[in-house]
Amino acid sequence: MSDQNNPAGGELLRTVNLTRHFKIGGGLSRNTLHAVDEVNLHINRREIVALVGESGSGKSTIARLLAQVYKPTSGEIHFEGKSLSSLRGRKEQLAYRGEVPMVFQDPFASLNPAYRVSHGILRGLKLHRTELSASERTAEAERVVEAVGLNPAAEILQRYPYELSGGQRQRIGFAQALAYRPKLILADEPVSMLDVSIRIGLLNVMADLRESEGVSFLYITHDIASARYVCDRVMVMYGGHIVEAGPTEDVLQEPKHPYTQLLLSAVPDPRAPLSVDVETAKTEPPKVVNPPAGCRFRDRCPLAEPICHEVTPKLAELTPGHEAACHVAQRASVGVAG
Amino acid sequence: MLEPTNPDALLEVRGLRVEYATPSGPVPAVAGVDLTLAPGEFLGVVGESGCGKSTMLFGIAQLLNPPASVTGGEVWFKGQNLVALTSKSLNALRWRDFSVVMQSAMNALNPVHTIGHQFKDAIRAHAKWSDTEIRVRSAEVLGLVGIDPVHLKSYPHQLSGGMRQRAMIAMALLFTPDLIVMDEPTSALDVVAQRSLMAQIKELQRQLGFAVIFVTHDMSLVSHFSDRLMVMYAGQVVELGTTRGVFDAPAHPYSKGLLDAFPSIRGEKKRLTGIPGAPPNLAKPPTGCRFHPRCPVAMDRCRTDEPELYQAGSAQARCLLHDPAFVKVEIES
Repeated sequence: MSDQNNPAGGELLRTVNLTRHFKIGGGLSRNTLHAVDEVNLHINRREIVALVGESGSGKSTIARLLAQVYKPTSGEIHFEGKSLSSLRGRKEQLAYRGEVPMVFQDPFASLNPAYRVSHGILRGLKLHRTELSASERTAEAERVVEAVGLNPAAEILQRYPYELSGGQRQRIGFAQALAYRPKLILADEPVSMLDVSIRIGLLNVMADLRESEGVSFLYITHDIASARYVCDRVMVMYGGHIVEAGPTEDVLQEPKHPYTQLLLSAVPDPRAPLSVDVETAKTEPPKVVNPPAGCRFRDRCPLAEPICHEVTPKLAELTPGHEAACHVAQRASVGVAG
Repeated sequence: MLEPTNPDALLEVRGLRVEYATPSGPVPAVAGVDLTLAPGEFLGVVGESGCGKSTMLFGIAQLLNPPASVTGGEVWFKGQNLVALTSKSLNALRWRDFSVVMQSAMNALNPVHTIGHQFKDAIRAHAKWSDTEIRVRSAEVLGLVGIDPVHLKSYPHQLSGGMRQRAMIAMALLFTPDLIVMDEPTSALDVVAQRSLMAQIKELQRQLGFAVIFVTHDMSLVSHFSDRLMVMYAGQVVELGTTRGVFDAPAHPYSKGLLDAFPSIRGEKKRLTGIPGAPPNLAKPPTGCRFHPRCPVAMDRCRTDEPELYQAGSAQARCLLHDPAFVKVEIES
């Protein structure tokens, strides 16, 4: 459960105009896919931040940029005040990867079926925490397995992945990440492959690990209700841009961007009456291959104006901590303030 | 019995059993399901993965492949028992009287043929229409699901996930069947596309009057669309009632657990627990009530006595709490 008055521990990670483009098509093709464009985001210490958006919006690309799987096309990532492009040598790279590990979506594909569960955790420990002796590594492996709620740890470690359920495997995914003594865990759709009855348990693990280990999370999901359950802040992505960001309750109760409003109205809520109609939910994907200037949501937007076709809106703070990239919302907020 | 007992029903399933043959003996994935569907009805089927919901659907549509097979029960559809039909007589019903929409349109459509070509294949297999008739009808059904008929010339990879899924539904509508069974048709889509597809299915159903059996693991998805809701656990129906009734007052502890596992985007935030444990191994299901190892209100009796589907208000629930004998004892004591 998120805790709004959690002691803010200062900034941990910040991106400056982070951009990643992919060349697509054949060798002579000049087509460029703008997966992530000019993204400025920050994550504080001991904070759980959600990155929400539809498939293809660029969420996973951001996670991979932060994990240094991709190099940015342009822009910078600063971790603890230091630019990642200044990391030199294998040792510094390795240290960063240990501090910012990733947990993957598919727990059935992310564990090696040929080895016992202990294998992955012990290997990570050997690589990232060279100061530990063999017996200390075993003790540490047991500790992280217990920290994610698996008991008895010693016995679980001796099992093979096929002997575990999907939920247990995903907990092992978190335990592996935890073994590196991380500061920020990148969790890319960690619960979307699990059964509904199991998902909540994993979300609780994230909340508990923040409390017990002081680790931050970037929680990538398309399920905004689960983001509300566990996150302090939410960032909404659309077509490679962050279109809205702010404290979870602010964004959910008073969404400023029309896309966020659409997203919220589409969430099935058995307790609420049916609200969305087919018209507003036209599902044209945004144009991210050689996109022209302007807002990428404009063709689906009920409020679109001429300026939306010409000028790309930038994120601007509308109320404290709550930003949106929308011309209409920004003007409305100036109107209220002035 | 050789006759359907309810002549008004479109579909009547009685005691359906499906078993998977494994080296260590048969595993019952569907253990005796009874179900009656009225014409034009929308039934939602929910449960966790491995509860047998998709297997049941395939058992109804006679699409099971070895090692799975129907080992008992009857499926009465428009006066015929599908289980006893030859594949030739089944073919006469498929697409024309009932059709199936599969889980993943990415795999269900042939990537090397255009959408129009695949529509033509389906029509040619079941009717003798002229090329013009085929073209007109194909364009018509694509229009019904809101896709521009120019896409008959498109290949599946040229369409978005949502459009492919809608093209699959259009294909199922070619002959305007009386029943469409859908196996998680929206699970690969994001929420906005999901919601618009659901609204579209509902609208088509209102226009054309077909009945729907809709299988999903996401209970909230069908909350506004299905007339009745069937909750499955470990191969059995554990609750069957009107959708609103099940959401407002779930009679089975498992249905309640599933409902409580959803965080809401509105209202008070509280710590949720989900359902502890994992679904049972169907090769050796727990004795008594199959849910008792995970049940928060299990009694001693639940470990030994196997519950039946009891009447619980307007719904039916497979839980000893609703056993008339038990309820009577409670009142007397």
